[in-house]
This record gives sequence, C-alpha cells and structure tokens, in this order.
Amino acid sequence: MYTQELDVRGADSAAAADPGVLEQHFLARVDAEQKIEPKEWMPPRYRSMLIRQISQHAHSEIVGMLPEGNWITRAPTLRRKAILIAKVQDEAGHGAYLYSAAETLGVSRDELIDQLLSGKAKYSSIFNYPTTTWADVGAIGWLVDGAAIMNQIPLCRCSYGPYARAMVRICREESFHQRQGFDLMLHLARGTAEQKAMAQDALNRWWWPALMMFGPPDASSTHSGESQRWKIKRISNDELRQKFVDFTVPQAKFLGLDVPDPLLHWNEALQRHDFGPIDWNEFEQVLKGNGPCNAERLAARRSAHAEGAWVREAASAHAAKQRLRATRHAA
Amino acid sequence: MDDNRSWPLYEVFVRARGGLDHKHVGSLHAADERMAIEHARDLYTRRQEGVSIWVVPSKAITASDPGETESLFEPARDKIYRHPTFYDIPDEVKTL
Amino acid sequence: MSAAADPQAKFRYVLRLGDLSLVLGQRLGEWVGHAPALEEDLGLANIALDLIGQARLLLSYAGEIEGCGRSEDDIAYLRGQGEYLNAVLAEQPNGDFGQTIVRQVLIDAFQTELYERLAASTDERLAAIAAKSVKETRYHLRYSGSWLVRLGDGTEKSHALTQAALERLWPYTVELFAEDDLDRAMADCGLAPRLAEVHAAWDARLDDLLSLATLKRPGDRAHSWHGKRGRHSEHLGYLLAEMQHLQRTFPGARW
Repeated sequence: MYTQELDVRGADSAAAADPGVLEQHFLARVDAEQKIEPKEWMPPRYRSMLIRQISQHAHSEIVGMLPEGNWITRAPTLRRKAILIAKVQDEAGHGAYLYSAAETLGVSRDELIDQLLSGKAKYSSIFNYPTTTWADVGAIGWLVDGAAIMNQIPLCRCSYGPYARAMVRICREESFHQRQGFDLMLHLARGTAEQKAMAQDALNRWWWPALMMFGPPDASSTHSGESQRWKIKRISNDELRQKFVDFTVPQAKFLGLDVPDPLLHWNEALQRHDFGPIDWNEFEQVLKGNGPCNAERLAARRSAHAEGAWVREAASAHAAKQRLRATRHAA
Repeated sequence: MDDNRSWPLYEVFVRARGGLDHKHVGSLHAADERMAIEHARDLYTRRQEGVSIWVVPSKAITASDPGETESLFEPARDKIYRHPTFYDIPDEVKTL
Repeated sequence: MSAAADPQAKFRYVLRLGDLSLVLGQRLGEWVGHAPALEEDLGLANIALDLIGQARLLLSYAGEIEGCGRSEDDIAYLRGQGEYLNAVLAEQPNGDFGQTIVRQVLIDAFQTELYERLAASTDERLAAIAAKSVKETRYHLRYSGSWLVRLGDGTEKSHALTQAALERLWPYTVELFAEDDLDRAMADCGLAPRLAEVHAAWDARLDDLLSLATLKRPGDRAHSWHGKRGRHSEHLGYLLAEMQHLQRTFPGARW
C-alpha cells in the first residue's frame, strides 16, 4: 500500500499542467481506491457534484430533526424520551459533520444554509411527511433510518476523503437509530389492539415514501453515470431499493404487520421480492415543494434562523470585545 | 455575509485515550475558543470518545500544497534506506 | 440530631429534586430543532438528556422509598398537577434563547451547589446520585454561564433582552431557598444541606456571573410561589397535558 502510493506520486511528476493529464491521474487514483483529499486537483464537476450531494445530505439531517423532534415532549416513557433526544441530537451532529465535509471543498456553511432556507437547495423527500402518531417515530427509525443506512454504508468507501470519513462516523452512530425504531415498533405490535393498529397505520403511511428515498429508477437518473465513475455513488438506486425491500419484508413479517403492497410477492426464480409500482408523480411533487409538510419544515428552519440571529451576533460581538481587551491588556 | 454574524471555522483534534496522539476529527463553527471547546465536546465526544480536545482556528493552519508533492516528498522517495524493507536482516534476528 | 428520615418526608424531598430535573428537561426538549445554531441544538439537547437521566434516577428512588410499587414512569406520568413538587422556576416557558439561558443559569447554579453538598448526604443512594449529577451540572453551568456572559456583554439588543429575562425570572428564585419544615427536617437528619448555605454559595456565583455579563442584579420582591408544595403557575398544566397525553390515552399500555 505504501509502495503503491509512492508509485502513483512518481507518475504525478511527469504531469504537465495539462488538465487532460491531470484528469487521467485523478481517474487512476480513484480507480486504485485512493482517497482524494481537500485542495488536491479534481475535475470541477466532481467538486460541484460533491458539494451538491454532501450539502443535500446535511440539509436532510437538519430538517430530519423536525418530524421526530415533534414527539420529544410527548414520548410515553422517560426512557423513550431520552432515546429520542439522543437520536435527534445525533442528527444535528451528523448535519454538522456533513457541513464540515462540504466546507473542505471551498464553500461556506452560511452559503449552504442560505440555499436551504431560500428553497434553492433540496433535501431528502422523506422529511416532508407528517409524524402524526407515536408509531411514526418507530416507523422512521425502522424504515427511514434503515434506508439511510443502506445508502450510507457504500458512501463510507466514497472517493472523497472528508466525505468518506464523515460517513464512517455517521454509520457508527446510525445503527442504534434503526434498532431503537424497530424496538419501538415491536413493543407496539405486541401491545394492545390500539397500539398494534397504530403501528400498522404508520407502516401504511411510511412504506412507499421510504422506497422513494432511494431516488428515481436507474433508467431515469440523470447524474448516476459520472457519479459512479468517480466513486461518489457506488451502488445504483434500484439495487439499493431491492436490497432494502428484501431486508425489510421479513422484519415486517416478524412484527406481524402487513406491508401495504398487494403486489408484493417472493420471486423464487430470482430469489428476491417483486413489488408494486412506485408513484413517481408523488415523488416529483414532493421534491418540487408540494409535499404535505414542505412549507412547514422550511418555515420552522427559517424561523429558528431568523429568531436566532441576535444570539449569533451577540456571540460574535462578545468575542470581538474579548479580542480587543486582550490586545489592550497586552499593550 | 456580515462579518459580525458569522462564526469562524475551527479544526478539532481529539485524543481518544491516554497514550494516543490527538487526531483530526473534523471542524466546527464557534464565536470564540471557549465555545469551540464546548461545541467540540458536544459534537465529537458524545460517546465518550475523548479525554483531550484541541481546537485551532482553521486559518491558523498552514498546509503543504498538494501541487508541490513532487518537491516536498519526491526527494524522500529516493532515500529508501529509511524504510525497513531496505535492510536484509538474517532470519535468526527475528525481533527486528 | 440524626433521627432517620421519615419515609413520607424523604419521598417528598426526593420528588422535589426529581421533578425539578424532569420539568426543566421537558422544557429543554422543546428547543431541539429550533435553536439559534446547530451547535446549540446539540448543547441544549445534551443538557436535556442529562436532566431526564437525573429525573429517572431520582423518581425511581422515590418510588422505592414510597414502597407501593410505582415505577419512574408511573410517578413521572400519572400524577395530578398538585403532586408535582418542582420549584415553579423550572416550568416557566422557554421564551427566547435569552430567557432560556437565564432560567438555566439560575437553576444550574442551584443544582451545582445543592448536589455538591448532597454528595455528603447520610442517605447513601442520594449521595451517589448527587455525586454523579454534580459532574453533569458543573458542565451545564459552564455552558449556560458562558452564554449568559456572551448575551449580557454582547450587543445592546442582547443585553436588553437578557436583562429583561433576568427581571422576569428573578422573583421565582426566592422559592428555591425558602426553607420549610421539610427542608429543615432533611437537614436535621443530615440527608440534605441547610438551604441557607446553598443560598449563600449560589449568591456568590450569581454575583460573579452577573458582573461578568454586565447585568444588573434585580431587587428582591416578595412573592408567594409554592411549587415545592404542589401549588404551581398556569404553565405546568399545559406542560403536563402534553407530557402525559399518551399514557393517559392508553392506560396500562407498555411502550
């Protein structure tokens, strides 16, 4: 590994400033599973693609705090309350790691947040759905975090160093998120008739949006080609979605709940579950901003940001005063 | 973006356990050093992953230029006598 | 002087401690996702988590002292308003970040001084809980104290908002140190410190912090809050309605 690294550096010394050659070396490093680090040469589209993907991921974590944060004050036991606070706190942390990773590409967190609040930036469609019952908290942990983990594990091997390292950290923390969601659902499914009905209702509402989390079908996905060539995206949308279905259907069976898909059945020949068509029109609408909660989510974030402005300014002002006092003292 | 409102970027280094080096774990925004330490503690050591935290304003860090890898690191490449594999140690001396 | 504490009295005393952490933790839980910066979402959530943890330890212990088989959740979720014994300061609304920080400093300083002395309690369990909790509370005070100084000595606007919050919340601090029969009984048997001692230490800390924050200490006003005896402000009713809702709607269900 050490020797391999040296050999490739040797090749660099022959490179002129010719972008064609630089790109070739870049591709060679990516192909050799080497990490690209900040300030190293990268194709401009690689950089912009990463900024878009990392920041969307960060925005999703931040917005994702809201549908679950809703239930902190109403959690039905102190233990569940503590678990939920810890989970949502982790999500804030994940957002922070991801903004940090994006900043290594030369963009500021303030810029990215402005893009989110102005409605220009996208975030995961799933968080535009309402959490109307306690069971929704379980469904999110089980299905949404489950889907997220499936997406995130391959990203730990992404070619861009800071993003890969952030993902490793995130994946380590994420495993408890899914388990607590499943545990919550299990308690409901084994509880009173009303609790079981609550769980089934949540599954009915969250199943399809969870499948949509993997993005449009491969055939219609515009960015995939380059993204896979550059080892940003390592596995296709459809492949991940299929994996998720195959993992999750037996879990639903274990819970004694029905997946809301009349066309779902086991394909013996292909050894996988065949499932019904996804309503891509709904997905499009939610992405455009016409989902059930898009407006509310954005309003909440704008509010927090606006109402917090005086606080952030006070902290900066105080820091400036302290610096001035320090120099006066030293003088 | 108004200078007064943005908090500068800090790089964070955490020593996970006594005996280990501080390792770079990421960055965060804070208004001052004290806040940076508190944020670092909340962000990077939630699962007891640290006994010591260093925070450094990002702009205080000087980095080698990736474009200069050749002149910075190439000369070292020829000096292979620094690498253990250059030396043929007799099998009998197993501990080296 | 060291008569063993009457269990009924001990039960009520431990509830006072537990309910203070429970209600304050519940209030902080409302902030998550709405704080002025991502880092403060993390910071406030961290304190909320610690407080809920303290509530769990204390309310579990209370249930054991009572000896009727009530769990931490039975006690947290199924009491009537008049049975909660937190000082009313904890149940005051979050308001803006400044008000939240002022409320936090006032209680953090109280809990720090109280727990430091409770760690020497004649009651081993309480001493252990206090010894663990004081480490958390010292960090809470560091966090809230730093913010008090930034806001008090920040901009004109932040100074004004924070001074206003201090004026609004100061009257509720009297209750923290108003010693009643229960406080006296607990101090007499060495289970709890003398409140006057806690008060003096708290005063000193607050004076330091307020001075650094360039805030004016409000004058003391006569008041008659008795949250410690189950007589609360209007705010607790709403807080409990939200907190207890699921348990009340599905009686006997397990979660």
